[in-house]
Amino acid sequence: MAAPLALLLIVAVTIRAALFRTSLANLISERVEVVSPLNAWKRVVEGLALLDLDISPYSGDVFHETPMVIYLFHFLMDYAEITFMGAGVKFSSLHLVSQFRKQKFALEADRIPMDCLELIRSPTEMYYIPLKVAMFYLLNPFTIVSCVAKCTCGLNNAVIALFILSTMRGSALLSAIFLALATYQSIYPLTLCVPALLYLLQRLYIPVNVRRSSFWFYTLQYLFMFLGSLLVLICLSFFLLGSWDFLPAVYGFILSVPDLTPNIGLFWYFFAEMFDHFRLFFLCVFQINVFFYTLPLSIKLKEHPVFLIFMQIALIAIFKSYPTVGDLSLYMAFLPVWNHLYRFLRNIFLVSCVLLACSALFPVLWHLWIYAGSANSNFYYAITLLFSVAQILLVSDYFYAFLRREHHLTNGLYLKKKDGSEATLVLK
Amino acid sequence: IANSYNRPTLIQLQNTREEEEEQQTTAQQEEQTKRWEATELEEEHVHDAAVPPLAGDPPAADPPSPPPSKDDFQEELVIRPLHSGDIYASFQFRTVWDADFMGDQKVSHYRLFPKSLGQVITKFSVRELHISFTQGYWRTMQWGQPYLPSPPGAELWVWFQDTVTDVDGTWKELTNVLSGIFCASLNFIDSTNTVQPSASFKPLGIGNVTDHSFLRYATLPREIVCTENLTPWKKLLPCGSKAGLSVLLKSEKLFHSTFHSQAVHVRPVCQDPQCRTTSMELRQTLNVVFDLHTSGQGKREWSLFKMFSRTLTEACPLASSSKVYVDVTDNPQGEQFELSPATPLLTQAVVLGDRRTYSVYDLTQQASFGSSRSLNMLLRWKMLRPLLHSERYVAGYGLQAGEIHTLIYNHHPYRAFPVLLLSAVPWYLRLYIHTLTVSSKGKDNRPSYIHYQPSKDRERPHLLEMLLQLPPNSVTEVTVEFERALLKWTEYTPDPNHGFYVGSSVISALVPSVVAMDTNSTLDRPLFSSFFPCKEEASYFMRVYTEPLLVNLPTPDFSMPYNVICLTCTVVAVGYGSLYNLLTRTFQVDEPSPGLAKRIANVIRRFRGVPLL
Repeated sequence: MAAPLALLLIVAVTIRAALFRTSLANLISERVEVVSPLNAWKRVVEGLALLDLDISPYSGDVFHETPMVIYLFHFLMDYAEITFMGAGVKFSSLHLVSQFRKQKFALEADRIPMDCLELIRSPTEMYYIPLKVAMFYLLNPFTIVSCVAKCTCGLNNAVIALFILSTMRGSALLSAIFLALATYQSIYPLTLCVPALLYLLQRLYIPVNVRRSSFWFYTLQYLFMFLGSLLVLICLSFFLLGSWDFLPAVYGFILSVPDLTPNIGLFWYFFAEMFDHFRLFFLCVFQINVFFYTLPLSIKLKEHPVFLIFMQIALIAIFKSYPTVGDLSLYMAFLPVWNHLYRFLRNIFLVSCVLLACSALFPVLWHLWIYAGSANSNFYYAITLLFSVAQILLVSDYFYAFLRREHHLTNGLYLKKKDGSEATLVLK
Repeated sequence: IANSYNRPTLIQLQNTREEEEEQQTTAQQEEQTKRWEATELEEEHVHDAAVPPLAGDPPAADPPSPPPSKDDFQEELVIRPLHSGDIYASFQFRTVWDADFMGDQKVSHYRLFPKSLGQVITKFSVRELHISFTQGYWRTMQWGQPYLPSPPGAELWVWFQDTVTDVDGTWKELTNVLSGIFCASLNFIDSTNTVQPSASFKPLGIGNVTDHSFLRYATLPREIVCTENLTPWKKLLPCGSKAGLSVLLKSEKLFHSTFHSQAVHVRPVCQDPQCRTTSMELRQTLNVVFDLHTSGQGKREWSLFKMFSRTLTEACPLASSSKVYVDVTDNPQGEQFELSPATPLLTQAVVLGDRRTYSVYDLTQQASFGSSRSLNMLLRWKMLRPLLHSERYVAGYGLQAGEIHTLIYNHHPYRAFPVLLLSAVPWYLRLYIHTLTVSSKGKDNRPSYIHYQPSKDRERPHLLEMLLQLPPNSVTEVTVEFERALLKWTEYTPDPNHGFYVGSSVISALVPSVVAMDTNSTLDRPLFSSFFPCKEEASYFMRVYTEPLLVNLPTPDFSMPYNVICLTCTVVAVGYGSLYNLLTRTFQVDEPSPGLAKRIANVIRRFRGVPLL
């Protein structure tokens, strides 16, 4: 296990190091698909330059990173490349360990079935999953591109991975701290609070029961740790900067979407073309949409918090206001964990084709619009729409497959009708 | 009496001198003043006056008939910038032939002299022939005197030999023949428009003829000159329009001018200073005035290519002399304008009573054409360079990013001075201050003071103020990168693809005074005031504005807000719908529901009390 992993790490680092040295790095770091106004490296450098000029980086509308990031890079400026590489590698190694935990969990969960041995993953199969996850993350072109562009979403991904790892290990404090860090970086990981709590409760065999005081005690404890560390982080930022300017500049910027620079998400063109008096309404609708799925999903998936984490991360990546391909790569790294759902996926081929085609068409249509002038913004917009639809189909397909597998685990794989003929499953 | 025809004399004094050799010794100068060059017709008049006995001689009287009939061809172009800003170009092609048309032996072998004209001269016993075609009127008030004046329309005047008996008949016949040669309506000349001037039109060649019965003069003011007159005129030239100066004579440019005049002058001239023998001289002239001021976007620069859309590549191989003269009288020290390629050859000439200075290009020498094998004379007006000026432009391509370049010039030869540069850039061009570079003379020039206020979206623009030290005689380049924002569709101007303007940068400076540049200014000042440089005089305040910038921004499609709202909401609804579907429904075994007919049948059966199907 260690040897292939080491090989993988060497390959991944070599690819990144090689790309950093080529002229491609500059080209990639300008791509709107890879960097957003929120996490572009150019803007981090600008923020540092402003800090050097004794100007608050938040007095302008260029810098939107959190104060911790700017001070981190203030000291690590010379080692920026290494930092980003480290973040990627760290992510993979962390994920690796986390997968061991997940395996065990899966084994336990699969003790239930009666006649559907086919659905249970063999231990050998499970043995390679962590490696596969690491490979999916480290060798994913989206991750590589994002890392070469020095997009700070790599750091966010690493923080979220640390959060998942500490949750799997059952350390509530670390989990809460890392979740607070992730939330502090970009608001959306807030919704991961619920699956983490569910997982920790499950680990301690505390049933989710509103009437039980132990449930409330543990929930309040976790929330207190989470909110406490978030408060500490925010206050720390305040003391670093000496002003609250960063709150509107970071969180206001994420929520109110003033920068309409094109990206792979749904927000930019929608709000560029929006009528002014409907703007606030649709802004609320679109932002609530990201957080909205948390409650119903946690009710539906309260037995499966790991899958819930995956669903949440994916939905955030699709519906957040400034998505980049780095966010995509985070939830795509989870896909090998669900390879036992493969037989229930309905349109994985179509979706993969669409995702690949869109990834190729992004730069082409961008060039036609911005440089050649032979196409207009609608072309690029159409591709972002298609890309979003493909992601939605991918996620809902996995959700469907997961639910169907659960159904088969309880009811048997080969269902029969009352009259003995083969039955078909439908959603009702 | 010949002197009564008192035209100003044109005497050329060729004064070859190098630019460096300003102080020539007087001996050299005297030697060069002796090199008088008589090329113009008036020069002969001087000789006429000097040798009066010969002037009266009949040309046929003493022909020693030199065995080889010598002929010679010269071409010349004079360019004179007029005070109105127009350019006057005057071509002269001169063919001199030692043949005697009036002699006993018939002239039949033509070399340089055009045969068609020679035959006409022989047949009609013409002593002198002057014909001119002119389009436009020479504005003497604005342009001064032309070298060769001519009236608008066609003008023809002819001195016949005194052997002609029926002058009117010959005149009539001659006009018809000339009409054919020049493709002009000269056949409309008849007795109604022909006069015999008694005093005005003396012969321009040798011969002191007083009997004006041999003179006929006619004008056709309505005659319109165009390409069909130019072509036969060009055919009379030895080189045609193939080589030499005549390659410049392209009708599409020549007739796109304010004044155009072409003429043919045939007259007998002396062969040598003693005037023992005469030769026939054919002088073809073409004068044209170009209005380059309006066609050249208000610039006073001119070049051969701009005027004629051709450049000179060689002299006519048959020409013994081929020269271009440019009038540089108004530019004695070379500070007004600059002529390129520079020529060391200068000529002074008294023309029309005025001493003028000319730059001379000798086309017979290969050196005139330089390495590019073509001569395109170019006159550039020198600009008075201010001590401080600036330029600004946007670099880069595409609609994503760009770079603002500001160039600040310090033309002071030895003083550096500080300037304050202020630029306010709208928020939709997002400046990146970390990309700010200031360099002069290829070196990094750190501003000693920077005030930067970043922009706030839709609230305030970028403000960048810098204190820069400009090294002497240098260009300081300030560059800063920016990114173009995509705006909301209502924030665009009604013509969004025209672009967005960025206001001028302001450069404020204390510029060292030009007086202070002059180190010899102690002459008329008291000595006590001039020991230490005086602060008040040493510099003065100056403010320079750069050009505003026009920057294109990426634009959304303004025609489809509804479509975009619908499509994006559909995608969100697809996400919501598919999740809602999976969240609210459960998997069930599909029990196919009975068909409509079966259900209706069951309802009826229930009424009847029959068991259901």
